[in-house]
Amino acid sequence: MLVQIIAQNIRRHRIGGLTASQRRLASARSGRICCRRQGRKVGSLVVLGSLLVLAGCSGPLSTLDAAGRGAERIATLFWWLAASAILIWVAVIGLTVYAVRLRPEPHSQRAAKLLIIGGGVALPTLVLAGYLVYGLSLLPDLLQPAPPGSLRIAVTGEQWWWRVRYLAPDGEAVELANELRLPVGEPVEVLLDSPDVIHSFWIPSLAGKLDMIPGRVNRMALEPTKTGVFQGACAEYCGTAHALMRFYVAVEEKEKFARWLARQKQPAQAAAGPLARRGQELFLANGCGACHAIRGTPAEGVIGPDLTHVGGRLSLGAGILPNEADDFLRWMARTEDLKPGVHMPSFGMLPTQHLRALAAYLDGLE
Amino acid sequence: MNTPPGRDPERLGAAPGDVKPLREAPPIGVQHAQAERLLKAWKTPQGWRYWSAVNNSQVGLWYTAAAFAFFLFGGILALLMRTQLAVPGNDFLSADFYNQIFTLHGSVMMFLFAVPLFEAFSIFLLPQMLGARDLPFPRLSAFGFWSFLLGGTFVCGSLFFNAAPQGGWFMYPPLSSQYQPGIGNDIWLLGLSFIELAAIAAAVEIIVGVLKTRSPGMRINLMPLYAWYILVVAGMILFAFPPLIAGDILLELERLLHWPFFDPDRGGDPLLWQHLFWIFGHPEVYIVFLPAIALVAMMVPTFARTPMVGYGWIVLAAVGTGFLSFGLWVHHMFTTGLPGISLALFSAASEAVAIPTGVQLFCFIATLLAGRVVRSVPLLFVFGGLAVFVLGGLTGVMVALVPFDFQAHDTYFIVAHLHYVLVGGAVFPVIAGFYYFFPLVGGKKLSDRLGRITFWLLFIGFNVTFLPMHLSGLLGMPRRVFTYAPNLGFDGLNLISSIGAFILAAGFAVFVWDVLRPKGKQPYAQRNPWGAGTLEWTAEMPDKPWGIRSIPEIDGRYPLWDQPNILRDIDEGRFYLPDAEEGKRETLITTSVDAQPIQCLRVPGPTWLTLFAALFTGGLFIFATFHLWWVAVASGVLAFAIIIAWLWTGTALIPEKEEKNVGLGLRLPLYRSGPESVGWWAMFITMLADMTAFAGLVFGYFFYWTIHDDFPPDPSPAPSLFGLMLLGAVLLLGSWGLTVLVRRWNQGDRRAAFYGGLPVAVALAVAGGATLLAGPWHAGLDPVSHVYPAMVWLLVLWTVLHVAVGVIMQGYCLAQRLAGRMTARYDIEIRNVTLYWHFVALTVAITVAVIAGFPLVA
Repeated sequence: MLVQIIAQNIRRHRIGGLTASQRRLASARSGRICCRRQGRKVGSLVVLGSLLVLAGCSGPLSTLDAAGRGAERIATLFWWLAASAILIWVAVIGLTVYAVRLRPEPHSQRAAKLLIIGGGVALPTLVLAGYLVYGLSLLPDLLQPAPPGSLRIAVTGEQWWWRVRYLAPDGEAVELANELRLPVGEPVEVLLDSPDVIHSFWIPSLAGKLDMIPGRVNRMALEPTKTGVFQGACAEYCGTAHALMRFYVAVEEKEKFARWLARQKQPAQAAAGPLARRGQELFLANGCGACHAIRGTPAEGVIGPDLTHVGGRLSLGAGILPNEADDFLRWMARTEDLKPGVHMPSFGMLPTQHLRALAAYLDGLE
Repeated sequence: MNTPPGRDPERLGAAPGDVKPLREAPPIGVQHAQAERLLKAWKTPQGWRYWSAVNNSQVGLWYTAAAFAFFLFGGILALLMRTQLAVPGNDFLSADFYNQIFTLHGSVMMFLFAVPLFEAFSIFLLPQMLGARDLPFPRLSAFGFWSFLLGGTFVCGSLFFNAAPQGGWFMYPPLSSQYQPGIGNDIWLLGLSFIELAAIAAAVEIIVGVLKTRSPGMRINLMPLYAWYILVVAGMILFAFPPLIAGDILLELERLLHWPFFDPDRGGDPLLWQHLFWIFGHPEVYIVFLPAIALVAMMVPTFARTPMVGYGWIVLAAVGTGFLSFGLWVHHMFTTGLPGISLALFSAASEAVAIPTGVQLFCFIATLLAGRVVRSVPLLFVFGGLAVFVLGGLTGVMVALVPFDFQAHDTYFIVAHLHYVLVGGAVFPVIAGFYYFFPLVGGKKLSDRLGRITFWLLFIGFNVTFLPMHLSGLLGMPRRVFTYAPNLGFDGLNLISSIGAFILAAGFAVFVWDVLRPKGKQPYAQRNPWGAGTLEWTAEMPDKPWGIRSIPEIDGRYPLWDQPNILRDIDEGRFYLPDAEEGKRETLITTSVDAQPIQCLRVPGPTWLTLFAALFTGGLFIFATFHLWWVAVASGVLAFAIIIAWLWTGTALIPEKEEKNVGLGLRLPLYRSGPESVGWWAMFITMLADMTAFAGLVFGYFFYWTIHDDFPPDPSPAPSLFGLMLLGAVLLLGSWGLTVLVRRWNQGDRRAAFYGGLPVAVALAVAGGATLLAGPWHAGLDPVSHVYPAMVWLLVLWTVLHVAVGVIMQGYCLAQRLAGRMTARYDIEIRNVTLYWHFVALTVAITVAVIAGFPLVA
């Protein structure tokens, strides 16, 4: 549900965090969880647990709110596993409570041994065999590479952002950062690696995670089944700002996606208006181009994220800020406060009007 | 085994249990005199000398207290984390500080609490359960304890200087090797390696203790289940910790000298660390879990008032779990992109380990059903633990399925799962164990009322904290995040978890109060307060330092239930060793399977040597962390000197007489050497661990060779490497052969051959070691340039280090014989050194075969 609402709210290619209505919705939901918890007795913690699960399994990062082939299969598997686990738990604990609270007459040694063989060997063997058959039967499908000719995207995890390159069949690559856009219903191949430390690429609503390991390339197939905006996160501890290494994923209709990709291939649009033009000059004068590239301008840095169409992205700072002119300003002025350990220095020493001009320029690069 | 010497001929071959205690108790006056002499021999030192004690009951107590103190420290770290995560976007802790805290929390709980606590319990309880007066190497236990205390304090203390490790308790490179330059990770690597060595020392002590110090008649199928579990766990430590030590060496060499083991740009591979770490890390879970279940296995029969049903099943299951646990490590690496067939195999193996676990739990439940349960506080904790652990086990079965793990891996679902397993499977049973065994410490029980309060606070607090985390993880909250964004669906869940953490902490506060509160007015508990059937409950309330008044002959699993009057007979000294005529500390050594007595072992008493040995060994590691090389070397030399003094004055002493009457008409030798001595077993077991570490390094070599085309790089190294390695091997194997001969010459008392042969063996070893070093040196292999030369150098250095120790040992034997402390009859030293050299020879052969031979074949 929440995902659809979010999707509706980002028509203008931007989601500034969550809108007020979603915030109300989310806080109402967590409030409900709290009330429930307080109202229950301790003994029914497990019942409460399952209620909690049913009450709130949606969210932009939720594995249970599946919108991709892999995630859907795994979510179904999870529900089967969870239900049987609760059954087994109740049976085992029930048996123990019977033995201790009801203090039955001593059972015979024979009965006790039968219980060990039945409950300790036979039953687990059957249950586990069932689990394995079901679980492993999913594996070939989950590991299957995307068919030849599929869209290929190379994602590189770097401390603490994502370099994204859409690879065209002719070898050309379009580079962007910290977001993916995918066509709905089509398999996509994602190539994962890292130049520094181990990261892990994870879009919970679409599929499981896969590590990005320096020195090797891991391949993953994604196949979104629903449109919407989802989030992704780094799932392998990668240093100081690991918690702030996130990204957005927008799944769109094919035509819309194709239009978007075509635009991404274009060089940056010219700065419009005096403030933005001033910003462009400042961008080059302050050496921003040493790290960042803006195609169509002399800025050709490859160390940091490509900013060619940064104004049109869903977030700033690898999924941690919305994407408005003010957010550009906040980010440039104090990177270290917003993302501890980040390699980009703060530019708080620049006069505010310079920062404003820079923000206006970058925000305009849609 | 040989026929036990000195046995009364009529009693030879007598079935255990046929040996009866003395029909008549010695006269009261004699009993008193015996008791007084025993007390004098086993007296605990007073005043500040108290800290020189080495007796298992003291060291076990300190060990327990220290491990529990580290547990509380780790708990406080957890509270800080939960405070930070109570609300989204919190700035209570900085990112770097949070990362230090979660790294330390995991490291402390695993390395400074879970494993040491079980060692502590075992050192304290095992002799009592086996009917021994002490473990065979009390000074080794003391050394292990002081090393542990020092290393643990060092690692934890780093946090107060904002210099703690922050690579996570799993320390994955390249983050931990190249991207975290501070000394924090060095503190982790060196400080914890030091503790890992202490853990291996404890494992050696425990294995020899279980196999060799059981009461006569306590055949291996009669020993308490705790001893079985601990035997399995100590065996697992021997094979699980060394791969981690091997990994630590690789990682520290990369950090310190830039040898590129994990750097893909120079042929290294970050995944090798993950393999080595998890070959340790997964068995580690069972190393923590099995001893706690062992405590449960002692408590359940007591409170069910019936022997354990399915003793054999439990032993099989424990051994099976031990074996299987080494085949599961890859399930921590399901998301690294391994091929599907590996994933499926390890997934199936991970599921399979649930079966032996299920068997054990059902044995407990079956025992409860077969008996009539008496309720008690310890049992309450056992049930709480069961309820929590079963849920953790079930989520474990879930995450062992590869597809589900693709989603759950590295999320809060795993945080919930592992805490359900470890708290339910270890912490609850351990608290139960505290309540159950506490009377053995000071003779007084803990409070039932406070115990119930503790239980409910812990049980509620735990579930409120960790149950919501399952959902947080499923909603997409990754692990090891210092903060999270609002409105992702897990704000409320995190707040609930944080509240639960404080309830949990309140429970531990009540528990600590219960342990520490003054108990002056409280009466002593009655003897055997829970009505248990095993030997540790022969202890008087309060207990005497002698361990047991006389060592009984056992013929069942529950002697206090099965053998009438056993308490009276023990107390009146009607069994073995009721006296300490010579004022020495003595205990019985029995055969490992049938527990036939074969030796009266004298164990050493209080000393400061162990404390100082640990202090200076610690100094070596700690000063090295700060790159204070000369101080570190000086500290190491001092440690070496003290250890030599300790060996010289305290081990393999020649007794004043050949045999001793240990009571009940049995005369036993006071000195045995070779495979019948405890020292030989200790050497053998230690070398198994050592070879496992070496196997870890060799595994590294073949890992690179399997995965990387540029290993070894082309062109292959110079032929001179081949020649020098071969020459070195010939010289070293010559030294080994000569050592074997020297042992025989010593036994035959051929003095000239002995004094002539041993120096030649030393010379050959020195020459061989130097030749091995010359190999890669002459070939110009630069260990910084590529992982291949680094690997070659490492294997050579490892081998040469072992040769160096072997040379010291050869010299030690020479000195011992010169000083008249070793003779043809009393030859423990040369026999143990020969055993060591067998392993050196194996190491040399493998190293040379790998370095010189393998490139030819490949």
